[in-house]
Amino acid sequence: MMAFYFSRLVEIFPFFLKGLWMTTQIAFISLFTCTILGFILGILRSGKNRIIKRLIGVYVSFVRGTPFVVQVFIVFFILPEWGIQLKAFPAALLAMAIMGSAFICEIVAGGINAISKGQWEAGTASGLTLIQQLRLVIIPQAMKVILPPLVGQYVLLIKDTSVVSVIGVMELTRVGWVTVVRIPEGLMVFSLVGALYFVISYPLILLSNYLERRMAV
Amino acid sequence: MLADFNFRIIFEYLPLFLTGLRSTFFISIVSIMLALVTGTIACACRISSSKLLKYPAIAYIEIIRSTPLLVQIYFLYFGLPTLGIRVPEIQTGIIALMLNSGAYIAEIIRAGISSVDDGQIEAGVSSGLNYFQRMRFIILPQALGATVPPLLGQAIVLVKDSALLSLISVMELTRCGQTMTSERFMPTEAFLTVAFFYMCIYFCLKSLADWSQKKLIFREAY
Repeated sequence: MMAFYFSRLVEIFPFFLKGLWMTTQIAFISLFTCTILGFILGILRSGKNRIIKRLIGVYVSFVRGTPFVVQVFIVFFILPEWGIQLKAFPAALLAMAIMGSAFICEIVAGGINAISKGQWEAGTASGLTLIQQLRLVIIPQAMKVILPPLVGQYVLLIKDTSVVSVIGVMELTRVGWVTVVRIPEGLMVFSLVGALYFVISYPLILLSNYLERRMAV
Repeated sequence: MLADFNFRIIFEYLPLFLTGLRSTFFISIVSIMLALVTGTIACACRISSSKLLKYPAIAYIEIIRSTPLLVQIYFLYFGLPTLGIRVPEIQTGIIALMLNSGAYIAEIIRAGISSVDDGQIEAGVSSGLNYFQRMRFIILPQALGATVPPLLGQAIVLVKDSALLSLISVMELTRCGQTMTSERFMPTEAFLTVAFFYMCIYFCLKSLADWSQKKLIFREAY
């Protein structure tokens, strides 16, 4: 029986590759948007405006305080009540963007706050504008602190894409879930799913470890 | 937007939410305890010099860390019955959370131990302290400062991760929200209430983590 199921699994392997492709798409788009949004929010959060800081703080603690599944449900079920109809795929991307940018915002703000005040003052004294100070002085130094946890966060984000399977996006986990109904070998099916996730996220974990060692010096 | 937010229905469903909350508490506490044990054992194997212990521990930690928790949950949920093991969903869920958090805790403890400089131990030896005194006065105070705050962070993650058990129909907090949505179709009320309860747990654990960080870092000797 085992061998039969195995050959069935080999037969439908292209289906898994499709799921992998979907996962990769979601991961790439959301890593991209999360990084941009996260950097903007992080820079604002480390800035001086109290009101903006507070607002971002509330947003960040909402995201950090609730499970991602609940956030996905909120985006997918509550937004339609308010007149915003989203299909599963854009809803998944939106939920990922909301969640990821909050975590990246914290990492970026932490990195910027780690830079001493003297650097800002030196920038001002050299006649740089605020944007120039950030771009030429602060961010390049903060990157040392930001980069290792950022890559670690990327791994977490890639793994969190599995949660959007709950609203029916046909990504890797969903493919496994659909397959296990027809091929009732849970160990086999989900080992395959796990192995495919491993292929994407393990290199990033190694990269994160490497960066941590290099930046620590 | 929130103009027709219905508090009455929340009160009607409050008993359900409270059982869900209790269940989430129960699952989280049991899993974190088991995960601490698993993590300590895995860490001990990971840093041991015996290859027979070390490599399986590395494999366990790396596999868990590079696959999503949801896949691990499904792996056990659909996989255990094919092995002929039939356990209730809640136990499957607790095992999954235990294995998942165990791997992260192993890494946290390892980082805590390696954060204590070798020179500290040597200084203890040359001051004439015996093994237990060195542990008591030098190593543990410093290692605790480096492990307790991230362990509480892991506890926060675990509470949030337990929401995924709703997908294998364990009746916890998130599942209550799903139940209420399917019975009354009031997702706004249901999921915002669920989010509110999670936020409460989060803030309690967060302030505990912040407090422990302040308390324990203070003791760190430099």
